[in-house]
Amino acid sequence: MTNAHADYVLGLADDALVSAQRMGWWISRAPQLEEDVALANIGLDQLGQARTLLAHAGSLEGEGRGEDDLAYFRDERDFRNVKLVERPQTDFAVTMARLLVFATWQAELYAVLAHSSDPTLAGVAGKAVKEVAYHVDHARQWVLRLGDGTDESHLRMQVAVDAEWPFVEELFGAVDPALVADGIAADPTVLRPAVLGRVGRVLGEATLTVPHLAPAVAGGREGLHTEHLGFLLAEMQHLSRSHPGASW
Amino acid sequence: MAQVYGNDFTAPGETPARPATSDEPETFRALLEGEGRVEPRDDLPDAYRRTLVRQIAQHAHSEIIGMQPEGNWISRAPSLRRKAILMAKVQDEAGHGLYLYAAAETLGVDRADLLDQLHSGRQKYSSIFNYPTLTWADMGAIGWLVDGAAIVNQVPLCRCSYGPYARAMIRVCKEESFHQRQGFEILHTLSHGTPAQKAMAQDAVDRYWWPSLMMFGPPDDDSPNSAQSMAWGIKRFSNDDLRQRFVDMAVPQAEALGLTLPDPEIRWNEDRGHHDFGEVDFTELFEVIKGNGPCNAERMAHRVRAHEDGAWVREAANAYADKQAARPGADVA
Ligand SMILES: [Fe+2]
Ligand SMILES: [Fe+2]
Repeated sequence: MTNAHADYVLGLADDALVSAQRMGWWISRAPQLEEDVALANIGLDQLGQARTLLAHAGSLEGEGRGEDDLAYFRDERDFRNVKLVERPQTDFAVTMARLLVFATWQAELYAVLAHSSDPTLAGVAGKAVKEVAYHVDHARQWVLRLGDGTDESHLRMQVAVDAEWPFVEELFGAVDPALVADGIAADPTVLRPAVLGRVGRVLGEATLTVPHLAPAVAGGREGLHTEHLGFLLAEMQHLSRSHPGASW
Repeated sequence: MAQVYGNDFTAPGETPARPATSDEPETFRALLEGEGRVEPRDDLPDAYRRTLVRQIAQHAHSEIIGMQPEGNWISRAPSLRRKAILMAKVQDEAGHGLYLYAAAETLGVDRADLLDQLHSGRQKYSSIFNYPTLTWADMGAIGWLVDGAAIVNQVPLCRCSYGPYARAMIRVCKEESFHQRQGFEILHTLSHGTPAQKAMAQDAVDRYWWPSLMMFGPPDDDSPNSAQSMAWGIKRFSNDDLRQRFVDMAVPQAEALGLTLPDPEIRWNEDRGHHDFGEVDFTELFEVIKGNGPCNAERMAHRVRAHEDGAWVREAANAYADKQAARPGADVA
C-alpha cells in the first residue's frame, strides 16, 4: 500500500463529500417538493460514498484517522477533490449540468472500480454503481426538460453547461500509472471518451450545444482549489473544531 | 382551534372555518357513528370537507416549513453520521408534506392552490417553526420535543374519520417516532459529553420547552372548534388532554437525559395520576400566530423565494411535457 493509493481514494472521497455538502443546500429550496426529496436522496448517496471512502483512505494511510478526522480536521490545501464540485450551485440549471457530468463520470468510474484489485474499493464501487445510475437518470431527465422546455429554460441550461464545461477536463487528470497497472485505479484515458460521449448525447437530445471551451486550470487533486472551498469548509468544520475531542 | 400540526390554527379575532351540523347526509352520520372510515367517494357535508381541507393543508404546510429550522444545520452538522441522519430527517419532512398534500387533493383541491394560500398568508403553519435554531443542540431539542409533541397529537389521527388522512398519518407517525428517538439520542450524547456540550443541551431544552407545550393550542375552554371536530372524528382528544399526555411522557425522559425542564412547578400529582405543571403563556402563542414570532418573516421569505426561484423550472417541465405529448407517436391516454 502506497501513499498514492491512499491519495487516490481520498480524492474520490472528497469529490463525493464536497458534492454532498453542496447538494444539502437545496433541501427546503428546491423548485418543487419532489425535488427536495430527490436532491436529498442524491446528497445522501454521495455522503454515504464519501464516508466509506474516507474511512478506507484513513486505513490506507495508517495513521489512525477516521472519517470525521479527515472531513473536519483537514485544511483547504489538504482536500483532494476536483474543482467541479466545490463551486457554489444555487442555480437549478447549474446543479443539473454539474450532476449530469459528475454522476456520469462516477458511473463510468465505479463500473471499472467494481472490479478493482483493492477489495474495499471494489465493494464501495459495486454498491455505488446502482446509486449513481439513478443520479445520471435524474440529471438527464432535468437537462432534457430544461434544454427542450421554454426559451428561458433553454438559455439558462446552456449558460449552465457553458459555466461547468471548463471544469470537466480535470475529472480525467492523470492517475499514478502504477495504480492503474496494479488494477487498483481506473484509467482516465478510458473514462474520458465514455463520459464525454454519454454527456454529449444527452446535451444533443436536449437541443443544447456541447461547448468548445478551454479547460480551467486544474489543481484540485494537489490541493490547489478555487476560493470557494475555504468558505465551504469553514461552514462545515467550525462546530467540530470548536469542540476538539468531543463526540457527537 | 388547536395548535399542533394536525390541527387548525386560528388566532383570536380571526374567523374560524364555520362548521354547520344540519344538512349532513344520513350515510355520513351512519359512518361516523359506526366509527367507519369516510372515503373520498362518499357523500361528504361541505363543512366537514372544508374543515378537513384546511386542517390537512395546514398540517402539510407545517411539514414543509418545518424543513427550514433543521435544514439550517445540515451544512454544519458536527459529524458525517449526524449530517446523514439530519439530511434524511429533513427529507422525511418533505415526504410528509407530499403525503399530506396528496391527502388534501382527494378532497378536490390542488397542491398549487394550497401553496398559494400558504405563500399569501391565508393559511397558517405550526408556530413552533417560527423559533430559531441557534445551536446544534436545537436539533436534539426539536427531535425530542417537537417531533415528540407531533406524535402525541398525530397518533390519535391515525384513527381519524377521513380515510386518506388517517392512512397518511400512519406512515408519518412511524417516521416521527424515529425522529424523536434520534433527537433524544443527540441530547443524550451532548448531556453526557463535555461541560460545554451539556450546557448547549440544557439551553436548547430551556428554549424549546414552553413553545412545545404551546403546540397543543389554547386551553380547552378557549378552543371553539374542538367540539365540532371531535364530533366529526377528526380530533380525538382535547388540547389539554394531549398537553398533559406530552408532559407525562417528557418528565421521565428529561430525567433519563440528565436535563432539567424549565418549570419549577412540575411535580407528580398522586391524586390525579399525572404531573402538574406551570401555566403556559398563551399571549406569546397568539403573538407568534399573528406573525410576531422571532422567525415568521424569515420562514415565509425563504419559502416564497424557493417557490419563485423555481417557477421557470416548473414552467419548463410543463412545456416539455406538452411538447412530448404533442409529438407524433405520443401515447394518447
Ligand atoms: Fe413530519
Ligand atoms: Fe419529524
